[in-house]
Amino acid sequence: MDVHQLNRAGLFWITALRVLIGWHFLYEGMVKLFNPNWSSVGYLLDSEGIFKGIFYRIAASESLLAVADFLNVWGLIAIGLALILGLVEKPALWGGIALLSLYYLSHPPFPGLKYDLPSEGSYLVVNKVLIELVTLIVLLFFPTSQRIGLCRLIFKLKNSD
Amino acid sequence: MEEKSKKITRRDIIKGLATVPVAGAFLYSWYQKRRYDHLLKKAIQEEVRIDTENPILNRVVSKDKQVRLGIIGTGGRGRSLLKAAGFLRPEIMDDYLEAAAENSTDKRYQEFLEQEDLNVVVNGVCDIYDKNAEWGLRACANVKRLGSDGAMADQPRRYKNYKEMLASDDIDAVIIATPDHWHGTMTIEAARAGKHVYCEKPMTWTVPETYEVVKAVRDNNIVFQLGHQLRQTEAYYKAKEAIKKDILGKVNLVEVTTNRNSPNGAWVYDIDEEAGTNNIDWEQFIGPAPWHPFSLERFFRWRCWWDYSTGLSGDLFTHEYDAMNQILDLGIPRSAMASGGIYFYKDGRTVPDVLQQTFEYPEKDLTLIYSASLASSKSRGRMVMGHDAYMEVGGDLKIYVDSGSTKYKDKLEEGLIDPNLPIYAFTPGMKQVDAITSATEQYFAGRGLLYTYRGGKRVDTTHLHIKDWLDCIRGGGEPSCNVDLGFEEAMTAHMGTISYRENRKVYWDPDRQLIV
Repeated sequence: MDVHQLNRAGLFWITALRVLIGWHFLYEGMVKLFNPNWSSVGYLLDSEGIFKGIFYRIAASESLLAVADFLNVWGLIAIGLALILGLVEKPALWGGIALLSLYYLSHPPFPGLKYDLPSEGSYLVVNKVLIELVTLIVLLFFPTSQRIGLCRLIFKLKNSD
Repeated sequence: MEEKSKKITRRDIIKGLATVPVAGAFLYSWYQKRRYDHLLKKAIQEEVRIDTENPILNRVVSKDKQVRLGIIGTGGRGRSLLKAAGFLRPEIMDDYLEAAAENSTDKRYQEFLEQEDLNVVVNGVCDIYDKNAEWGLRACANVKRLGSDGAMADQPRRYKNYKEMLASDDIDAVIIATPDHWHGTMTIEAARAGKHVYCEKPMTWTVPETYEVVKAVRDNNIVFQLGHQLRQTEAYYKAKEAIKKDILGKVNLVEVTTNRNSPNGAWVYDIDEEAGTNNIDWEQFIGPAPWHPFSLERFFRWRCWWDYSTGLSGDLFTHEYDAMNQILDLGIPRSAMASGGIYFYKDGRTVPDVLQQTFEYPEKDLTLIYSASLASSKSRGRMVMGHDAYMEVGGDLKIYVDSGSTKYKDKLEEGLIDPNLPIYAFTPGMKQVDAITSATEQYFAGRGLLYTYRGGKRVDTTHLHIKDWLDCIRGGGEPSCNVDLGFEEAMTAHMGTISYRENRKVYWDPDRQLIV
């Protein structure tokens, strides 16, 4: 199914979904940016599962940790803004998918794995990170920024006579 | 359809900019949230004015003059002190390096190399156990902090008797890391020989020698530092500031604890199979203690017997007491009551493994409680409880408002202060990670006993404590745990011990400076 085949309501809600996820990303990034003490180290060290070792390595290396912190803060902000405004939608979606995959892999809600970080709900294999991740994949199939978003204007400007 | 048209239409503009207001809404919400947070913060800051910057604790003293050290006792604690002074056996360096190669989170090698050079040399090592002495000699010769393939300096002289070392004129200062029953005697003799002293806690084993130590240190004008490295913990300076600023209101109860649950933590140390009468000078070990036939158990696990030890009160309570004395200027209590027993380690020991001590400070209107178990590691923090707020102190510091507080009543009612969230929290710069820290080390670290932070970098508190002592030797002044604080520490611990052993309440007579 193509995004052009969506009716008005469908287009509205798919766009709303894109914007709301953007909002969530943007806020997560801003919170970290404005907290001088924030670092991904605690989250990384709380990792479990088969990729635990990789996340521990990142936490142990000062330079890798700095990269992880930078990519987290500015990645979240950039993806958030892009999704809200409807700009560079595809790269933003892929970026979001990559970040969420890392979050999911570092804290997979599998039986037997325990985390210090409190969880606000009850999850088994599926958690909100995974759902948000799959939602971003769905959005890849329904790009809306060329219809509602700055991309539409840019596209038009490029192609206008 | 409009998408097909090449001209920008009104519709394009509306749809193109349709989500821009969402970004505006986000910014507005963000602004509102920040304003609310700021309001809460301001409400709290009006009450809590603790400098959030790291205090600069270290004085700048020229290290040009090399200090020549001697060390008495190179067993477990002595080795840690040597490491803190900059000396580690090359074999340990190899192990550290290997561990770092295997696991990038293991920072011991790097940390030791980065530890400040204190410009000291060890000219004498004294231990009555040949193996310990050999360990110390090799560590002290590794002046360049190299591995076993590196070049070593000449080994310092080994002294079989501490008296000979104290008579030597190529030693300016001594580190005493012997069992408790030797602390007082050796400090007195070292002071009389004009040597500066860094002595492990507790300051003394008996009450009478406590007075003698103070006298010897003062009469001979030496620099004395008691080994309470917690004095260097940053969180404690913050805690002291919080008390000074009366954030807690009237402090009426202070609770400190020991929570250990391992043979090592209960002083059941390994017995070296190679040890025997051929390589241990047993007579010198006994020293001021009552005579007992040679016993490897007593030699290696001396902390379990009153004959050589000061038990929980002298060994572990003193850390807790000194921390609270630093924060609250407690001084010596008016009375002490203790109870407990040997409830878990029925191994022939004479010191209790479960102990409760209550110290009364009627002039300060507060009680200090010490509760210890060597057979349960349920962690109970150090707690300073006031009418308006309470404070949890360890490596970090948290202050919570009490829901029944008078001082914060209005702000509690307005919802500006939440009693479930700390109004002040201090965690030393913790970007470094160490997954290698052993269980015992973690316990110590959690209690602030092992490491503290300077400018976000992890530093061994024992290193800072030795540096503080050396700074005073070079530049004058009183070290942070001087002999007067040592006197308070020793007397308080002795009061607890006497109360336990004599099963009675004991009192301090401040006029006559006597335990009665």
